Amino acid sequence: MIIKFLFAAIKAGVPLLFGTTGEILSEKVGNLNLGVEGMMFMGAFCGFAVGYYTDNVFLAILASAGAGMLGALLYAVLTVTLRANQNVTGLTLTIFGSGFASFFGELLIKNSVDGTPKLSSDFVAGLAEKSIPVLGKIPVVGKLFFSHNPIVYLAVFIAVICGVYIKYTKSGLNMRAVGENPATADAAGINVSLVKYIHIIISGGICGIGGAYLSIINGGGVWNNSCVNGQGWIAVALVIFAGWSPFKAILGSFVFGGFTVLQFYIPKSTVNLPNAFYVMLPFLVTIFVLVVNSMQKSKKHAQPASCGENYYREER
Amino acid sequence: MKKVKRLLAVLFVFTMLLSMTACGTKESEKEDSTSSNSADSDFKVGVIHIGDPADGAGYSYTHDQGIVAMQQELGLSDEQIIRKNNVADSDAAATRAAIEECIEEGCKLIFGTSWGYMDTMEELANEYPDVMFSHGTGYKSNGTNFNNYFGRIYQARYLTGIAAGLKTKTNKVGYVAAMGSENSEVTGGLDAFAMGVESVNPDAKVYVKVTNSWYDPTLEQQAAEALLDLGCDVLGQHCDTTAPQLAAQNRGVWGCGYNSDMTKDAPEAHLTAAVWNWGVYYTMTTKAVMEGNWNCENYFGGMADGLVDISPLSDNCAEGTQEAIDEVKAKIVDGSFQVFEGELQDNQGNIVCKDGEVLDDATITGGINWYYRNVVVQ
Repeated sequence: MIIKFLFAAIKAGVPLLFGTTGEILSEKVGNLNLGVEGMMFMGAFCGFAVGYYTDNVFLAILASAGAGMLGALLYAVLTVTLRANQNVTGLTLTIFGSGFASFFGELLIKNSVDGTPKLSSDFVAGLAEKSIPVLGKIPVVGKLFFSHNPIVYLAVFIAVICGVYIKYTKSGLNMRAVGENPATADAAGINVSLVKYIHIIISGGICGIGGAYLSIINGGGVWNNSCVNGQGWIAVALVIFAGWSPFKAILGSFVFGGFTVLQFYIPKSTVNLPNAFYVMLPFLVTIFVLVVNSMQKSKKHAQPASCGENYYREER
Repeated sequence: MKKVKRLLAVLFVFTMLLSMTACGTKESEKEDSTSSNSADSDFKVGVIHIGDPADGAGYSYTHDQGIVAMQQELGLSDEQIIRKNNVADSDAAATRAAIEECIEEGCKLIFGTSWGYMDTMEELANEYPDVMFSHGTGYKSNGTNFNNYFGRIYQARYLTGIAAGLKTKTNKVGYVAAMGSENSEVTGGLDAFAMGVESVNPDAKVYVKVTNSWYDPTLEQQAAEALLDLGCDVLGQHCDTTAPQLAAQNRGVWGCGYNSDMTKDAPEAHLTAAVWNWGVYYTMTTKAVMEGNWNCENYFGGMADGLVDISPLSDNCAEGTQEAIDEVKAKIVDGSFQVFEGELQDNQGNIVCKDGEVLDDATITGGINWYYRNVVVQ
């Protein structure tokens, strides 16, 4: 049962991991994007619709990333070029994204057979949980780490790539400089706007894939207008929990995933707590992590210094 | 720039003019074709939905199908139905705003389809005495312009329990419940389902997971997976999305849906669903209000009225299911079988209904807070 619980925790954590990795990338260049939920919604719809019409898993994932990027591009134009308030723009993007998914989702439902847009069984089978040969046979570890659907590995892969990129590469250093102090980065010859644009857009693409995971895999192959349902917001909270590190985000998202499914795996006959307690748990832990981090007085796990503020070269 | 703006403004004016004339012709056509009585064609009905009927399945969709059936039956035009979708029933201010918008648009009859609208509708009924308010799934009424309507969905759930009991091989049936034992509607329905399971399969147990939400696709899917992990091979549900049925289908097992026929969503898993035909009530009430002879009594319809039923059995059902269900269904319709008839025992060993007694409607709608003896809360 514990293995089944951990397995379910990993599954529940994957969409959060996409959202968190994306948001970390955006915050690292100094842009707090509260539109994660919206970008996930856009990715969820476009991924599903392309999957529905083309029956091609690769194209569906690509489309979801593209839709997320489009949402992020809107955000980038507004905040980087036009210097609109980041919080307000992000919130607007969330509202826009959920409306986008409902509006086109309704059209999709109207144009489908018996009002149920459903992915073909081949498509769903292509993304089903598969045990990797040899590795999947190892007891416990095989079930936990090598028996997932392919998108789970993609999520971890992207998070690791982002982590290595941010920490160990020169352009990663540049993007961190932009997020910490854009004026200094500018003086050092880094094109601040370009760096912001690139990373915000890529971050949107990653969030978009997370949305596709929700609509295609969690949704069981049938479209639902509210498939994202707040997961994007949890991802924003998770960024803080992960201390702006994609590596920690991997662990963090599975811990958060575990919290969301915990209420269904703890037998009520042994521990009988109200459901509300489990719903509260992830946020309680986030507060705890915030307190611990602030006590450490280290800047290592703190929010990038310029995050949330737009950069005006003229005000240097 | 200025020129572009001016051009745009002119364009807008033209489109508005065009749309106005378009609407005008449509209305006059409809008036000719439907009814000559101008009072009837002015009559507007407001509907407050908690979700989005466009979802194509589930709670709001089913209510809206009932509204559409009423509209066709009575020959009302699309302009006479005012819908407010995605109105959170936990938000009294939003509920009030949505209903007042309906009243401003001229609605004389308002249907509120979710439990949480009840108190707001009661207040508004006092403020607007010439508007009729009909609220679904609650219990209050004021005898003049506010009532409640609901149905004996537990009768249908009993029948789906039979299908589940005959199908299960592991003798573990799962049930995704929206609310815990404090909610009589959910708990009574679950108990009826469990009794149906027991009537054909005394060894089977019914395992329950509570999501604490009427509508949450992610939680419902996760609760369903947890039940499947316990070894359940048939999933019943009292929640609004198709997620539990789809989760069952992905594991190659079975399920009984709710609200609408979910065979179209999960064709390889679905057995039969407990379904509502809300059109029965909506047609009856709207007609009565239009004719000015509505009695404003609380309504509690059942299988005999056609308000609740089960969807046609799919090919996934075990052999003999149809016969077993038909037999009980006939008895429910002619009144010779009552679901909540004693002796009933809860899962703590208490007798909750004595031998020979039948639970009254007040208890069924508000007082079932116990789980039947084969229910396991995990």
